[in-house]
Amino acid sequence: MTFSPQLEARFEKLLKSYPPGRQRSALVPMLLYAQDEVGSITDELIDEVAARVGVTALQVNEVLSYYSMLHRKPLGKYHVQVCTNISCLLNDGDKLWEHVCKKLGIGHKEVTADGQISIEEVECMGACSWAPAIQVNYDFHHFVTPGKLDEILDGLKEKP
Amino acid sequence: MLYNEPSPLETKVLSRRFGLQNSASLDTYLATEGYRAFMKAAGMKPDEIINEVKASNLRGRGGAGFPTGMKWSFVPRTSPKPKYIVVNADESEPGTCKDRVLIENDPHQLIEGVLIAGLAVDSHAGYIYVRGEYRYLIEILEKAIAEAYAKGWLGKNIQGTGFDFDLYTHSGAGAYECGEESALLESLEGKRGIPRIRPPFPAVAGAFQCPTVLNNVETYCAVPAILRDGGAAFAALGVPKAGGTKMTCLTGNINKPGVYELRLGFPVMQMIEEVGGGVRGGRKLKAMIPGGSSCPVLTAAECEGATMDYDSIGARKSMLGSGGVIVMDDQTCMVKAALRIMRFYAHESCGWCIPCREGTTWLKKILVRFHEGGGTRSDIGLIGDISKNMLGRTFCPLGDAAAMPTISIVEKFREEFEAHLDGKPCPFEHVDHMVMA
Repeated sequence: MTFSPQLEARFEKLLKSYPPGRQRSALVPMLLYAQDEVGSITDELIDEVAARVGVTALQVNEVLSYYSMLHRKPLGKYHVQVCTNISCLLNDGDKLWEHVCKKLGIGHKEVTADGQISIEEVECMGACSWAPAIQVNYDFHHFVTPGKLDEILDGLKEKP
Repeated sequence: MLYNEPSPLETKVLSRRFGLQNSASLDTYLATEGYRAFMKAAGMKPDEIINEVKASNLRGRGGAGFPTGMKWSFVPRTSPKPKYIVVNADESEPGTCKDRVLIENDPHQLIEGVLIAGLAVDSHAGYIYVRGEYRYLIEILEKAIAEAYAKGWLGKNIQGTGFDFDLYTHSGAGAYECGEESALLESLEGKRGIPRIRPPFPAVAGAFQCPTVLNNVETYCAVPAILRDGGAAFAALGVPKAGGTKMTCLTGNINKPGVYELRLGFPVMQMIEEVGGGVRGGRKLKAMIPGGSSCPVLTAAECEGATMDYDSIGARKSMLGSGGVIVMDDQTCMVKAALRIMRFYAHESCGWCIPCREGTTWLKKILVRFHEGGGTRSDIGLIGDISKNMLGRTFCPLGDAAAMPTISIVEKFREEFEAHLDGKPCPFEHVDHMVMA
């Protein structure tokens, strides 16, 4: 597989970060960084990363199924993650989640027909004091109201 | 950037640079006594550094509250193996968002703390394990690390001291369990985050089976101040058995939620009323979780007279934990709260040991049924019973973390469970909690 020069540089740096013979350590970060570029963890990507860190594809599969941010199916270009854990719940994060499902007509880990937006109800993302919070890809949005959420979603619909 | 206004009641030690222009830059750090503690420590013997940390009464800020100096002293410095410094930045205890602001606003403080730990245990490499969702913090850390290398604060022969140290970031990818130290180490080695059996403890066999110091972000961030101003000065800020301040996250139904640095021993009610501006909407306090969702809940009555430190909260059979304070008003449904907390632990249980895997799953099912109006009177006892059978019977504390809040909620708010019986709808079904609709 060919990756962008930035991703290649990241891989190279990662593989040098661990003690000799411990390149397997790079596995999880490499999968996550690669997923950001490829869109999901494809079979081809599994083989590629397995070869680079020196494990079997089966071992990669075994590891990746443990981590909730690693996805085998493609997500939308913009992945909207709504936290409904306790601090967000106390600020109606659950209603925010219902709102986003209804507005887009899709459910947990589903993608809009145009592939633009996917949604996920997630566990605590570390924005508890600024609840309710969501993340769009890696960007945090704090004190989100249904109105603010509408604005964010409308902005994503046309976003390149 | 700062997400909330500071409070005049704060004691700013770790957060002293918050709000300064370019607070994350090396220039700002150096202009505000940055790296002085490292230079001082570089002239000290390892035992002297560890004794200073012991004198500070610093206790681990990730949740367990273990004395940091003692933890460092367990590392066999004469071992021929390399030693590692690992930073737990996998902040994922619900209610906790303090490490995020520490890294975002002052990454060099963390780097300096790591370097001092390196001097104390003769380690020359470290890893910062950052939860995957905190990607922007990895970018901030990478930038700070690059700056430190460029100006000779990392790498070979740091500032002519003869001390070498390399520091790396490592991204997680979504797993609460990886905040547990041994699961974190497994994850760092490219595996599923399944906890290890201890002993051996990480101090002896941690990262790559080598002696390892593993602490929370906030713990390392406290170290520069301790070395700079002395352990005694840090100790004096807190209470007799726990020194310093605690980054405290006020969350839930409160007027001024935010992360505030409060001295240990700060009165709970003053924290809620004055720092946090009181319970939102003029409602009354019903309950409070003092340190992240794995801590037993305290009733409003139990909060009276309590102070935010290990002993005072411990005397009320809860824990100071991570400093994630979750405030619940009188319109909060405690059954729903218990259910949401259990849904989380059932989702995050790694499945390695049966009491946790089965216990969390069954508790979730019972609580779902209960909240939907299908509960029976005997379920109330069953919830407590299953929880108690998880306590102390799991490899890692996740089982306890799920059991403890549940037991406390069912014991202290039994009447709310009873109010859901006989097909009655949730009494708080139509309550609006939205901040600004």
